[in-house]
Amino acid sequence: MKALGLIAALCLGVLLFYISLDFPSWGDGRSPASQHLSPYYIEHTMEDTSVPNIVTAVLADYRGYDTLFETAVIFSAGLACFFLLRVPERQAPAARFYRHLSTGITFRIEKGGRLPENTGEFERIDSVWVPYDVIISVTCRLVVPFVQLFALYVIAHGHHSPGGGFQGGVIFGAAIILFAISNNLRRTLRRMSEKTSALLSSVGVMIYAGTGVLCIIMGAGFLNYSALASILGVDPVAARSHSILVVEIGVGIAVTAVMVWIYYNLSSAGRQDEGL
Amino acid sequence: MDRFKEKGKQMIWPLDIIILSIVIICGIAAISIKDLLGAAIIFGAYSFMMCLLWSAMGAVDVAFTEASVGAGVSTVFFVAAVFRTTRRTKD
Repeated sequence: MKALGLIAALCLGVLLFYISLDFPSWGDGRSPASQHLSPYYIEHTMEDTSVPNIVTAVLADYRGYDTLFETAVIFSAGLACFFLLRVPERQAPAARFYRHLSTGITFRIEKGGRLPENTGEFERIDSVWVPYDVIISVTCRLVVPFVQLFALYVIAHGHHSPGGGFQGGVIFGAAIILFAISNNLRRTLRRMSEKTSALLSSVGVMIYAGTGVLCIIMGAGFLNYSALASILGVDPVAARSHSILVVEIGVGIAVTAVMVWIYYNLSSAGRQDEGL
Repeated sequence: MDRFKEKGKQMIWPLDIIILSIVIICGIAAISIKDLLGAAIIFGAYSFMMCLLWSAMGAVDVAFTEASVGAGVSTVFFVAAVFRTTRRTKD
């Protein structure tokens, strides 16, 4: 079986190398894409959308459909993780562990035992608990706001520099995941619950699709942002630029929420009580 | 059209060969290593090398996505999955 797999991989590799010889070489000005497609975008993006970063303009405006469905794909990835991993009924774990805050003594409480919740003297800990390192938790807590600020910058500045909704959303989600790793899953769930992440991931897709539907209501085609000029109070070219920002914010919200949602389900094996 | 070709010649080929060989080494190592946590980290290194390749080719947006999604979040997902399953492969 292993030899068969190796042969199949080798055959496929040779085939791919053979096909790649037919590709135009990197940066070839005579390839069809560089002759017919790229010049249009390079010459017209500024006058069509007033967005300096051509990649953003192509992604969110000229090829808005693709990006809408990419966002939908990410949303369904989160949904698939939820349906595959989430344990539906809240089964109480076999034993829970608590730590007395002032003495540091750890208690193991069997199923059915009295749980010392809400007394303020005990803190629940994971069953594979590693003592919190002060340096790690404090450093991560200090870093998280700056990472989030950078993520917002990446989303908002996608018109002028590399970046946009996807990258910014992933970085924002990574900041929340960093908090979950450096502290624990329950503390993160108190700040951003599973319901919040599930709602936000669909809200992000809805913002994107809603912008498109608004264009239809204003009398233009789906995702033809020029129609929003009267709502935004600017000329049609600037309206495209502003609508790209709205759409990118939607993508960012969806991606952030989906990343956090997948992490919740993955790191706790769907129980969402204790995790990485 | 010639200016594209001029730019094509400026690609730093020693850097390209080094990065490409690291990519291949990472790819082979990731499937042959027994430790799944190690495989996750090697995948992160692989993604980062791909990110360097994209940026060497001038596709900075793609490089940014690769760095954040491939090297960042997907490595965390792999580590979380390994944490919840087993660290050693059976085969």
